[in-house]
Amino acid sequence: MNARVHDIIVTVNGEETRATVDARKTLVDFLREDAALTGSHVGCEHGVCGACSVRVDGAVVRGCLMLAVQCDGARVDTIEGVADTDEITDLQEAFIARNALQCGYCTPGMLLTAQELLAAGGVPTREQIRVHLSGNYCRCTGYQAIVDAVEAVAKARHSSQGMR
Amino acid sequence: MKPAPFAYAKARSVAHAIELLVDDDARLLAGGQSLIATLNMRLSHPALLVDINGVGGLDRIASKNGHIEIGALVRHAQAERSSELARRAPLIALAMPHIGHPAIRNRGTIGGSVAFADPAAELPACVLALGGEMTIAGPQGSRIVRADDFFKGLFETALTARDVLTAIRIPAAGADTRVGFAEFARRHGDYAMVGLAACARADGQRLRDLRLAYFGVGSTPVRAHHAEQALTDRDIDAAVHALAQDLNPPDDVQASGAVKIHLAGVLLRRVARQLDQVPS
Repeated sequence: MNARVHDIIVTVNGEETRATVDARKTLVDFLREDAALTGSHVGCEHGVCGACSVRVDGAVVRGCLMLAVQCDGARVDTIEGVADTDEITDLQEAFIARNALQCGYCTPGMLLTAQELLAAGGVPTREQIRVHLSGNYCRCTGYQAIVDAVEAVAKARHSSQGMR
Repeated sequence: MKPAPFAYAKARSVAHAIELLVDDDARLLAGGQSLIATLNMRLSHPALLVDINGVGGLDRIASKNGHIEIGALVRHAQAERSSELARRAPLIALAMPHIGHPAIRNRGTIGGSVAFADPAAELPACVLALGGEMTIAGPQGSRIVRADDFFKGLFETALTARDVLTAIRIPAAGADTRVGFAEFARRHGDYAMVGLAACARADGQRLRDLRLAYFGVGSTPVRAHHAEQALTDRDIDAAVHALAQDLNPPDDVQASGAVKIHLAGVLLRRVARQLDQVPS
C-alpha cells in the first residue's frame, strides 16, 4: 500500500502499542506524541546530537532518523522502559554521584549509548568510552564527569562479575 | 524540521522495489541515515519512499571466487564485527570505525553509503581504492559497474532513478595486499575534512597496483594518479608534491583548498607508512 498514513503495531517497552501514523512521522515524535514517552528528547533532528537515542530490536539508533512506520512489528525500548527494568540503575546512580549531568537534556541518550558499550562486556578504556559517546552531545558537563561515571560502572560491574 | 508529507511503501523484493520506483519522485530508503536527515531539513521532498529494509537476501557477506561480496543492506555495525571482512577486506575494516557514530552504524547500510555517494564519505573512496564493482538491478535486468565508472559527480552515480544497488564486490585480500586509511575530522565520527583510502600489492620491497583514493577533496572520491606513480617509485616527498597536480579541492565551510592540500600530504605520509607494514 502506497499511502501517507499507516497502521502500525510496535512493542514499546514491552507493551504492544497500536497507532495510526503519518508516513513522515519520525520514531521519536511517535514516542513523544503518540506514546506519551517524553524521555527521548528532540535535539538537532538530523542525527548529530544523539538526544533522541532509543533502542530498536536491541540496537541503539537515532529516533529522528527512523520513521515510526518502519518500526511496525519491531521492539522499541526507551529510557523509561530501560530505567523501569533496573537495567541501568547503577549507571543512573553513578551519573548522579559524579555530577555527570546538569540540564539533563542529553542524559537519556547518554545512558542508552553508554549501556550499549557496557553490555558488550569488559572494561573499556577512557578513550574507548569517549569514542563510543562521540555521537552524543552534552553542552553542560564537558564530558569528563560522564566518562568518569561510565568508567566507574564498567569497573564495578566487572569486579562484581569476577566475585560470582 | 519536519519532513514534508510523502507516501511510504515497503518493498517485498528487489523486483517489487524497481516496480515501485516507476513513480515519479520516488526514493529508495535503506538505512536512512542521510536520507531522513535531508527529509527532516526539507532538502529533499520525494512523493514516495520505497523502503527496502524488509527485502531478504541483501544483508549477507560472502566469499566468492576470490571476491568478497557485501550485500547492500549490510549495516555498518555488522561489517565492523565481521571477521570475514577483517581478514579478507582489511581496508573496509580499517575505515569502519570512522563512519559516523555507533548509533549511526547500527542503522546505516554499506549500499546506502555507496549509492548516496557523499564526496566526504569513507566507503565510496574505499571501494574506489579497492577497484571494486557495484551490482545493480534495474528494469532491464542486472548489471555490474566498476567503481572507476560509478561515481559521476556530486551525489551522482551510475544508478538511475529506477535502479537498486544490490551488492558491492571487492577483490579479496591476499598475503601481498597492503592497505592504509587515515582521515582528519574535527570530531570523531564526523565527515572528514580530508581522508585517504589506499590499496596496493607488495612486490619485494616495492609496491605495485597502488591506488590512492582521496575523499572530501572534490565532488567525488578522487584518485591521485601522479602521487601513486611517485610512491610506487618510493619517493614520498615527490608523491606529496604531486598532490598539487592530482587534487584541486574547493574551499568549503571546514577548510580552504590550500589547507586541504596540505592535510592531504600529511595523510599521504601516514598512509605510506601503513602500506609498508605487513598485516598481522
